[in-house]
Amino acid sequence: MKASYLAISNWQLGLAALLIVINLGLSLWLRLGLTKTLVIAGLRMVTQLLLLGFILEYIFALNTPLPILAIGIVMAGFAGIAAVRRTRRRFIGIYWNGLLAVFASSFVVTGVALGGIIQVHPWYEAQYSIPLLGMVLGNTLTGISLALDRFMDGVIGERERIEATLSLGATRWEAAHDLVRDSLRTGMIPIINSMMVMGIVSLPGMMTGQLLAGVAPASAVRYQIVIVFMIAAAVALGALGMILLAYRQLFNSRHQLRNERLHEPLTLGDLIHRRVGSRGRK
Amino acid sequence: MIAFRPTPSGSDALLEVRGLGCYFLGRPLWRGLDLTLHAGERLAINAPSGTGKTVLLRMLAGLINASEGEIYFENRLLQDWSMPAYRAQVMLLAQQPALPLGRVEAILAAAFAYRTHRHRTFCKNQVLEYLQPLGRNEDFLAQHTDYLSGGEAQLIALIRCLLLEPRVLLLDEPTASLDSASTGQIEKLLDAWLRANPGRAWIWTSHDHSQRGRIADRVIELSGAA
Repeated sequence: MKASYLAISNWQLGLAALLIVINLGLSLWLRLGLTKTLVIAGLRMVTQLLLLGFILEYIFALNTPLPILAIGIVMAGFAGIAAVRRTRRRFIGIYWNGLLAVFASSFVVTGVALGGIIQVHPWYEAQYSIPLLGMVLGNTLTGISLALDRFMDGVIGERERIEATLSLGATRWEAAHDLVRDSLRTGMIPIINSMMVMGIVSLPGMMTGQLLAGVAPASAVRYQIVIVFMIAAAVALGALGMILLAYRQLFNSRHQLRNERLHEPLTLGDLIHRRVGSRGRK
Repeated sequence: MIAFRPTPSGSDALLEVRGLGCYFLGRPLWRGLDLTLHAGERLAINAPSGTGKTVLLRMLAGLINASEGEIYFENRLLQDWSMPAYRAQVMLLAQQPALPLGRVEAILAAAFAYRTHRHRTFCKNQVLEYLQPLGRNEDFLAQHTDYLSGGEAQLIALIRCLLLEPRVLLLDEPTASLDSASTGQIEKLLDAWLRANPGRAWIWTSHDHSQRGRIADRVIELSGAA
């Protein structure tokens, strides 16, 4: 393939890395307390991406379905865990629910796009499947975590209103309905907002990449349109799936609100303390 | 642990409780609670705060499960009832009204869309009949719940329950945070509701000795087990 772009060499990467000096300087000067975090974040970003580059080169060269599927599963797994970790409360099974919501929504939507819309042959072609899945995952994860956080906040903050509704004879679904709707809306607002200003205020990341790689703007834009619709669908599916799974945990079949099932995330210290505590009691 | 005037339990009992227990952090707050509520009865519960009065009413409303013991409504075990159908008959009014945002009329009408209440129709005139003796008119229905005082919000929460015609009302200190004027209005409204149909009854928790005298034929003392 003839490269119609300028490759970036190692010393050019180094130059770019120097830009972080601006952040470090600010952090030291204003005592933001971010110096260590900045260095770790920078190192993580560079290592993760370089590693990804190597893995993708390898997988692109192989181009057989199993390794591509495997990397897709790993990516979706990280997204599922990250979606839950961004929220402020936990319930038993929340990580499994997060994984299920992320997997189902992103695989279904990416599958439909690869097979039905873009019509890639073979369907797993890494050049298409992996970037598309990545774009979908990155956005679904945000949508899911926002929606889930709103839902769990509501279960705590609106407990009295929900229970008053249940007391009147409402079913659990009738009592949860407003909160489910609000949570879904919260999850979908970022993608709707970004659709509103796309191309005017923001140049989307994937399109930027295609332009840099020498793709004609008119066709880069077409890809961007497809991907935004994919993202919007996956966010809606993922957020709805996650909220319904959380709803089943927090409202039982006796139409009771089980908000005591929600707790703050446990730290490692809590877990150790708990084990020692339970052993002491025996 | 529980001191009360025993009532012979009979098949005409509306609500019957046997051996009910309430635990907090593994320790019993109270145990072995028996009580029977007949149609037309006005029962008050008195207990020091922190002894689980609210928990008792929440158990009776099926919002939480009892740690031990049984609850019967119309001689049928609580577990055998569909919860929405049960709660439509045995309705809890919480101490804090917790109304959703919106216009009073819309909030009062909303419950009529629930599956359990679909056979009923919201009747504005019925609301006005409740409001008239309290010196309120149609303008009150157009108000937004944001602008209601605590007393007004509780009044609306109560009318919302009454419109659905439950048989038993569980009243969790409904007037504890209200002034005497609002308290009087709530008591007046409830009194008229009970008199209107001999099949109705209430369980009312109250700290206020003189109020218990006004609103109850019988008082149960719920005392701590510790």
